[in-house]
Amino acid sequence: MSRLLLLGPAREAAGVGHAEVDGDTLADVIANANARFGVPFVEIVARSRLWVNGEDAPLDHAVGPTDEIAVVPPVSGG
Amino acid sequence: MVVREENEWVAVSAQPLRPDDLATWVTRADCGAVVTFCGVARSTSSFEHEIVELEYETDVALAESRIRDVVAVARDRWPVVRAIAIHHRIGTVKNREPAVVVAVASPHRREAFDAAQFCIDALKRTVPMWKREVWEGGSAWSEDAQDIVDVGDLAP
Repeated sequence: MSRLLLLGPAREAAGVGHAEVDGDTLADVIANANARFGVPFVEIVARSRLWVNGEDAPLDHAVGPTDEIAVVPPVSGG
Repeated sequence: MVVREENEWVAVSAQPLRPDDLATWVTRADCGAVVTFCGVARSTSSFEHEIVELEYETDVALAESRIRDVVAVARDRWPVVRAIAIHHRIGTVKNREPAVVVAVASPHRREAFDAAQFCIDALKRTVPMWKREVWEGGSAWSEDAQDIVDVGDLAP
């Protein structure tokens, strides 16, 4: 179980800004989030960077209840 | 939320931006140059509509942390720069209002111009921020979006 932070278009597609999602690795959590939220969330995730605690992480990165996973779609600030 | 230190002032908030406040704050007795950049909500975009306002969205703590990373790299690349202030507005920003302000003070203009340009360019590439463009009867996420990168990955 990890805490998902869903930002911008990812938040809109999921309908929530935060979610608790099961999984022992980053890949598991994202797969479960994709199953929960469906399309178009899945398509946005495919275009996004995935951060664990603010840092890039590989999909096999182990995650737990204290970790925050951010889904970061392409940005448009400024 | 605001991070205000001796030579660095970073803020991400829904408060209207006042560029003069940042310019005044960065000015130091030994600085002959203050460069202020304002990114302003404009009416045109890739959509065939007149944009009346923008809606910015982020995670404030994450955005401020990434802006502080930009400031740190700017200070490292231009050590003579004396002070940097960067504020980004979130929520609704109406046409002609500033959405982001960068102010840099330096003894001479070259470094102030260069550091200010770096700061706004790096902010746009490295800070998690999303812009929704709003017109009469509709809105959509800006199509002017790019993959986020780390500030350390930007070319000097």
